[in-house]
Amino acid sequence: MYKVANRRQLAPSIVLFEVEAPEVAQKVEPGQFVIVRTDEKGERIPLTVMDFDRTKGTITIVVQDVGYSSAIINQMTERSAFLDFIGPLGVPTEIENYGTVVCIGGGLGIAPIYPIARALKEVGNQVVAVLGSRSADLLILEEEMRAVSHEVVIATNDGSAGVQGFVTDGLAYILNQGKTINAVWAIGPVVMMKAVAEFTKPLGIKTIVSMNPVMVDGTGMCGACRVSIGSETKFACVDGPEFDGHLVDFDLAMQRLSYFKDEENRARARLQCNHEGGHH
Amino acid sequence: MKEKATRHEMPCQDPVIRAHNFDEVALGYSKETAVAEAKRCLQCKKPLCVGSCPVEVLIPQFIKKITEEDFAGAGEVLKEKNSLPAVCGRVCPQESQCESKCVLGIKDEPVAIGRLERFAADYQPAMGKSKVSVPAPTGKRVAIIGAGPAGLTCAGDSAKKGHAVTVFEALHVAGGVLMYGIPQFRLPKEVVQSEIDNLKAMGVEIKVNTVVGKITSVDELMAEGYDAVFLGTGAGLPNFMGIPGENLNGVYSANEFLTRANLMKAYRFPEYATPIKVGKRVAVLGAGNVAMDGARTSLRLGAKEVYIVYRRSRTEMPARVEEVEHAEEEGVKLYLLTNPIKLNGDDRGWVKSMTCLRHELGEPDESGRRSPVPIPGSEFDLDVDTVIVAIGQGPNPLLTKSTPGLELNKRGNIVVDPETMETSKPGVFAGGDIVTGAATVILAMGAGKKAAAAIDKYLKNM
Ligand SMILES: Cc1cc2nc3c(=O)[nH]c(=O)nc-3n(C[C@H](O)[C@H](O)[C@H](O)COP(=O)(O)OP(=O)(O)OC[C@H]3O[C@@H](n4cnc5c(N)ncnc54)[C@H](O)[C@@H]3O)c2cc1C
Ligand SMILES: Cc1cc2nc3c(=O)[nH]c(=O)nc-3n(C[C@H](O)[C@H](O)[C@H](O)COP(=O)(O)OP(=O)(O)OC[C@H]3O[C@@H](n4cnc5c(N)ncnc54)[C@H](O)[C@@H]3O)c2cc1C
Ligand code: FES
Repeated sequence: MYKVANRRQLAPSIVLFEVEAPEVAQKVEPGQFVIVRTDEKGERIPLTVMDFDRTKGTITIVVQDVGYSSAIINQMTERSAFLDFIGPLGVPTEIENYGTVVCIGGGLGIAPIYPIARALKEVGNQVVAVLGSRSADLLILEEEMRAVSHEVVIATNDGSAGVQGFVTDGLAYILNQGKTINAVWAIGPVVMMKAVAEFTKPLGIKTIVSMNPVMVDGTGMCGACRVSIGSETKFACVDGPEFDGHLVDFDLAMQRLSYFKDEENRARARLQCNHEGGHH
Repeated sequence: MKEKATRHEMPCQDPVIRAHNFDEVALGYSKETAVAEAKRCLQCKKPLCVGSCPVEVLIPQFIKKITEEDFAGAGEVLKEKNSLPAVCGRVCPQESQCESKCVLGIKDEPVAIGRLERFAADYQPAMGKSKVSVPAPTGKRVAIIGAGPAGLTCAGDSAKKGHAVTVFEALHVAGGVLMYGIPQFRLPKEVVQSEIDNLKAMGVEIKVNTVVGKITSVDELMAEGYDAVFLGTGAGLPNFMGIPGENLNGVYSANEFLTRANLMKAYRFPEYATPIKVGKRVAVLGAGNVAMDGARTSLRLGAKEVYIVYRRSRTEMPARVEEVEHAEEEGVKLYLLTNPIKLNGDDRGWVKSMTCLRHELGEPDESGRRSPVPIPGSEFDLDVDTVIVAIGQGPNPLLTKSTPGLELNKRGNIVVDPETMETSKPGVFAGGDIVTGAATVILAMGAGKKAAAAIDKYLKNM
């Protein structure tokens, strides 16, 4: 069992968990993910690592309630424990000194961008962070991001914080300052990553995105996580999750995310029934 | 004179009923039937059956115990050579191994060795755990990577020699394909679990959730003090056809489909949280055991029409005869000499049909089988809303890529000395599907056994 050492509500449906997983914590690097299971009947849920503490032996994950399993996770308390916690999985981010880098996190995507920004800063990059969310109250981890970046640009759809608009507007704002950008990391909803990649492609700026397809095993055994990269099929769990944003077929990725929509709604409905019944 | 009895059929669930449930299809012999079948054995002085069993089960001896109604004794005899008899009794291709050599088979039908093995093995857990005596510890440590039949057999045999054994498994349960691939209705997971519990009772430590190559590596394990390592990571990399439309929604690899159904118990969704989606018309590409399992699982999940689509003819189908028979009885249809060339999607990105090309048999190819030749202009569309790709699995490179000094062949399988299963890396042995490519449970077990003997020798000479 992997105990929850710390739980923090970051936004209405977003919770941060620090989990005791000493062996994973020894090995994990920025850009990698874990797969967790809450109980015997649970799904294997992939979650990106937001932070790790090798001395304490903990891994921090941030979970957004979007359906049945994530809702179950977010109900966990500091007395709870995960049944399974598998990792580190996936290929770590290629951390080197590129010069000036922009780390874009959209919504929940700010969590996985955090350790990447930190590592890029540690090796000498000039790090500009662009944080996007629908509104100010949904913006997470702003302070943490300020601590690991040289500059933070905020973009909210409703203008309640920072510039009004999308993360691409934040990116345009940085370019307008006359900065040369050597590389971009963009993590967030697929539509956002697509927009960023389309924005940077004509400018020839290297852009890395982190794909989050449906997964089962996370070891390359099932192929559920297929993504199309420059017309080649790759398994995101072992070949990624980070890929060259200019080669990713985002439309296919979005289409594949809707694979189990009907079933997800059924599971979700069950959760609501249980709630109304006053137990689960 | 022995009275002449014909081979006893195994009672099975009615095909019409079983095609809609996940309960075991074959029901097993009763005591009376088992004894009667056992009495058919001629107890040959030089039994040919034993020689064609990869783990050399003492076949006449265990059958004799059944005739004496010493069922627990029969189980003991099985366990001497085979650490997973309840599994083998269910999934081994006996028709091409032990039973193919049975002398009775020349004029009549062979003794139903597999069914008797299953009977004797099942009798044991019902009667409580058999006592296994473990010798004094040797002080040597063996690490086993992968808890499939190869790894588990190597673990059991190494523990019996007194070595301290730890098995590292990537998934959240041990068992390999026995747990994630082969369906409940053919191999109940409780059967596999009780075999694994027996190993644990012998002192084998099993660490699940441990992907070697990520959280640790072979070199690190050796540095931590493991004296020998056995690699039994299987053939877990699903092949796809490489035709247009394979990433459409509704297209699964057999591994994904079966893992959802078996390992994650999606057939009990939403009680179990993992979903699985099966349409009305399912095409399964391929004709091995994996394909049959995919087809039969689809039926049980509610598909109305299920087709096996295979480019060769019936005689070349690699699945066990019994599996094909069971599938056809349940209503699976065969589209032989047919190969898909394209999957077509609807405007929402779901597969809606499959363009196929008919084939005819031509000259024999390198494998000695007559090769399928496409018939020009024979394209036709088959309406389907689910496609399961079951055209084979390759070696998963995750472990081998992270282990320097390991010689691989051009397909990515580990190269070993066939006598000792030793790899090019000192102290590291390998066996099962990762060496041979996708094969059988019993061959994997045979390899695990051979490796355990070689590891024991290696450790004694250290
Ligand atoms: C490599 C990777 C890293 C991830 N990191 C995080 C993370 O750090 N924090 C976090 O909250 N989530 C993360 N996700 C997404 C998370 O796994 C899904 O939100 C979760 O599986 C949804 O399960 P559910 O039962 O709650 O929702 P479902 O009811 O299964 O799905 C609800 C909605 O979420 C979408 N969805 C389903 N599965 C996924 C998925 N695997 N990825 C994205 N959307 C999905 C569905 O299309 C649907 O619209 C990651 C996914 C991957 C593959
Ligand atoms: C659907 C299906 C049906 C089949 N039906 C039959 C049948 O009826 N009869 C028969 O004889 N054979 C059958 N087979 C074939 C048989 O199951 C295999 O040949 C056999 O399981 C191979 O055993 P193994 O131990 O080599 O590998 P596997 O059973 O594949 O086990 C390998 C294990 O290693 C683990 N692993 C992999 N990489 C790592 C890593 N890096 N770190 C830690 N662990 C790792 C895997 O998770 C897995 O648990 C079938 C196969 C399938 C897929
Ligand atoms: S999740 Fe199964 S192969 Fe990637």
